[in-house]
Amino acid sequence: MLRTGPLHAARAAMITWFSNHPEVVDAIIASLKALVLLFGSVIVAAMLIWVERRLLGVWQDRYGPNRVGPFGLGQVVADMIKIFFKEDWMPPFVDKPAFLIAPLVAMTTMMMAFVLVPVAPGWNVAGDLNIGVLLFFALAGLAVYAVMLGGWSSNSKYALLGGLRSAAQMLSYEVFMGVALMGVVMETGSFAVNDIIAYQGAHHWFILTQFFGFCTFALAAVATTHRHPFDLPEAEQELAAGYHTEYSGMKFGMFFVAEYVGVVVVSGLLTTLYFGGWHGPGAESHAWLGFIYFFIKTFIFIMLFILLRGALPRPRYDQVMAGGWKFCLPLALVNMLVTGAVILANQGG
Amino acid sequence: MADDAPAPLNPATAPGTLPEVVRELYARFGENAFTFQPTKDDVPTLWTPKERFAEVLAFLKNGVPRPYKMLLDLSAVDERLRRNRLGPSADFTVFYHLLSIDRNSDVRIKVALSGDAPSIPSIHKLWANANWYEREAWDLFGIVFEGHPNLQRILLPRTWKGHPLRKDYPARATEFDPFMLDAAKQDLEQEGLKFKPEEWGMKRSTSDHDFMFLNLGPNHPSAHGAFRIVLQLDGEEIVDCVPDIGYHHRGAEKMAERQSWHTFIPYTDRIDYLGGVMNNLPYVLAVEKLAGITVPDRVKTIRVMMAEFFRITSHLLFLGTYIQDVGAMTPIFFMFTDRMKAYDVIEAITGFRMHPAWYRIGGVAHDLPRGWDKLVRDFVEWLPKRLDEYEKAAMKNGILRARTIHVAEYNTAEAIEWGATGAGLRATGCDYDLRKARPYSGYENFEFEVPLGKNGDAYDRGMVRLEEMRQSVRIIKQCLDHMPAGPYKADHPLTCPPPKERTLQDIETLITHFLGVSWGPVMPPGESSQLIEATKGINSYYLSSDGSTTSYRTRIRTPSFAHLQMIPHIINGSMIPDLIMLLASIDFVMADVDR
Repeated sequence: MLRTGPLHAARAAMITWFSNHPEVVDAIIASLKALVLLFGSVIVAAMLIWVERRLLGVWQDRYGPNRVGPFGLGQVVADMIKIFFKEDWMPPFVDKPAFLIAPLVAMTTMMMAFVLVPVAPGWNVAGDLNIGVLLFFALAGLAVYAVMLGGWSSNSKYALLGGLRSAAQMLSYEVFMGVALMGVVMETGSFAVNDIIAYQGAHHWFILTQFFGFCTFALAAVATTHRHPFDLPEAEQELAAGYHTEYSGMKFGMFFVAEYVGVVVVSGLLTTLYFGGWHGPGAESHAWLGFIYFFIKTFIFIMLFILLRGALPRPRYDQVMAGGWKFCLPLALVNMLVTGAVILANQGG
Repeated sequence: MADDAPAPLNPATAPGTLPEVVRELYARFGENAFTFQPTKDDVPTLWTPKERFAEVLAFLKNGVPRPYKMLLDLSAVDERLRRNRLGPSADFTVFYHLLSIDRNSDVRIKVALSGDAPSIPSIHKLWANANWYEREAWDLFGIVFEGHPNLQRILLPRTWKGHPLRKDYPARATEFDPFMLDAAKQDLEQEGLKFKPEEWGMKRSTSDHDFMFLNLGPNHPSAHGAFRIVLQLDGEEIVDCVPDIGYHHRGAEKMAERQSWHTFIPYTDRIDYLGGVMNNLPYVLAVEKLAGITVPDRVKTIRVMMAEFFRITSHLLFLGTYIQDVGAMTPIFFMFTDRMKAYDVIEAITGFRMHPAWYRIGGVAHDLPRGWDKLVRDFVEWLPKRLDEYEKAAMKNGILRARTIHVAEYNTAEAIEWGATGAGLRATGCDYDLRKARPYSGYENFEFEVPLGKNGDAYDRGMVRLEEMRQSVRIIKQCLDHMPAGPYKADHPLTCPPPKERTLQDIETLITHFLGVSWGPVMPPGESSQLIEATKGINSYYLSSDGSTTSYRTRIRTPSFAHLQMIPHIINGSMIPDLIMLLASIDFVMADVDR
């Protein structure tokens, strides 16, 4: 069969056009990858609900959900169906626009932060972005609005107290989160995530040189996600459900999933920034191996998050503040100073 | 003067045999100021006129050596239907039960009131904790306490009509019109629950900022039941607060006046609903005093063993929720495992888990089952290791310590002023455990320590209870090793059900037995009381018999009532999380507060 005719001509023209414009091809591929990452992260986050409940079950001498499907895996689906079909009721006394926007902000900021995390060689969205980790700080800062808006627009006292606590907590923890990370940036000489990973591949994982930076950053990261023991904005024993007291149905679901997306993002970032990201034997040549390394490392952090929840009591709100300002901030500053001094000394030598 | 007076009719008032406090009172106020009432318990009971009683109470609190610092109980009796008078004629009686820790002894002062709208001066200035007790007496008896700062209903809704513990108030729902809740009535009830700061002398704002009034409860995860506390907040700091109780009130004291002596036992189980048979104990002991029953040693030991089992299950739940209220969610699951094991033993012995209603007047319901010793032994060997683990994993945790040490502190003097008892008192370092101080049911035969705290803070209250569980295990072990043989019920016609062995041999025994089973036993007229060291503090039953098949008046003094009243005193000026720790460390259940 002869390859002629208008159809064939059009195809040939398209191929030529795409060959002449490789950036468009790259963009399409990158978009597809981004979509895969997006859905991947959301699905993983949703699965975490099951993972967390089962793990807590193991650690708490009980079963956890084990009825729906094998190992209770269907629980996620069941929960999803329930939350999708639940009446999406809005209390009459709330400030509607802000009340609606809050869960959206929570969800989007946390999902956008995922663009920074390279899950395998070549598999990320903004790895080369030259402001890199700064973007994460910006998004983490924006995420506070979700809680504050949710707490304030609910027009309920418990929600308001939750929102207030959240604002205070984030102010104290964002300050040293940035400072804590500066050591990594200084050693690498770049904000871009891919450079940080490349440096770790070529030299050493930053956990070795930046141990205190890691500790303070990890603390701040837990605080960013409002996970236990930093779940003061929604401290059940004190504020009932805190800022999302008045939320129900899918809007509550978005807060709920956003928290788990946050766990995934923060665990991914900890892996990327301090534990060599996807690096590991053979990962340079086989991207899938890199993904497995990344997945294992990240999952360990996720488990750590869950273990924290099972193991620790919750400090009081002013103790959290004091811990941030009086302990973590000085530690992060000293870490930055020492790192700088060492770098300068090495250059001098 | 006193020497010229005619010889007292009652030999109990004969000089020389009088209790020390009575002699002191006679010396100070003269014998004519009092009427001595003999009772079946060893609490000296004196009637004094309305004009003098305040002076008498003030003297007992501040004037006597080794004073009576604690107002243990304050309530009233409607005397209008009584056939056998125990003192001067009265329509209503208000009684004040005072306790002296220094003397390890009590005194009861009674004031006779007359008329349908009785009134008596308030003593809230003398004892801070008289406030709630007087409100309760107003609520349930309609007695006006003159000069009371806020004489509102406390257990019943404000919209309530009538005073239920009066004798002319019916006890059964069938004696009322059917209850309907229409929209208008609901609105009215809701309005009645609305908090008005001005009523409590609170300001809504200062010159430069407003206060937030936060309803914590009646449905709140940390309120431990239907309990409301309204907080006046400046940021997260509690400026002032008003505890609001009564949501769990079931009229247990009223029911005691319509149930027979025997059939009231299951109601006691539900007073401190975590205490199980521990609640039966003061009741049956008080009834046995009225009836003059002495129980066999086996009964005493079985009772002690089961009561200590319930102390453990109650304390385990306390410790679990306490740690959970600090935010650690895991330990409570492990403690529930332990509790299930304890309840398995309890079920095997009593046939029921939480509310066995197993003690009987004069004994227990049946003998220990075969194999009980193995079950009990398994449990006492299981628990100590677990307790060590809880101490290591939870109580030594830095965050928990930071949250509880020096939080919600009060000292011994404050505790006594407010009527705090149990672990809440011992955490302040005050060595007062009724099992040691006034052994009942054979506690004098056991070796155990009384754990004490030092700071009287939330942490010490937790640690004291943790240690108490270890001591309870010790007691149970001793019960296990030295369980006396013998009958599980006293041989006495007033026990319930009464002994049946001779019923088919002589008609008199048969009739007595028939009446004892069908109507229930008739207790001779008189009064008695029993204080015990219950799971949550001092629990007492004060019974008054008019010689019938039911109690004329049953007063249930519960520890949690006093503990909740104390909250504003302790917590004002602290933050919300500290309040949560206070609530967690008090260890209360609302059924124990509201009855």
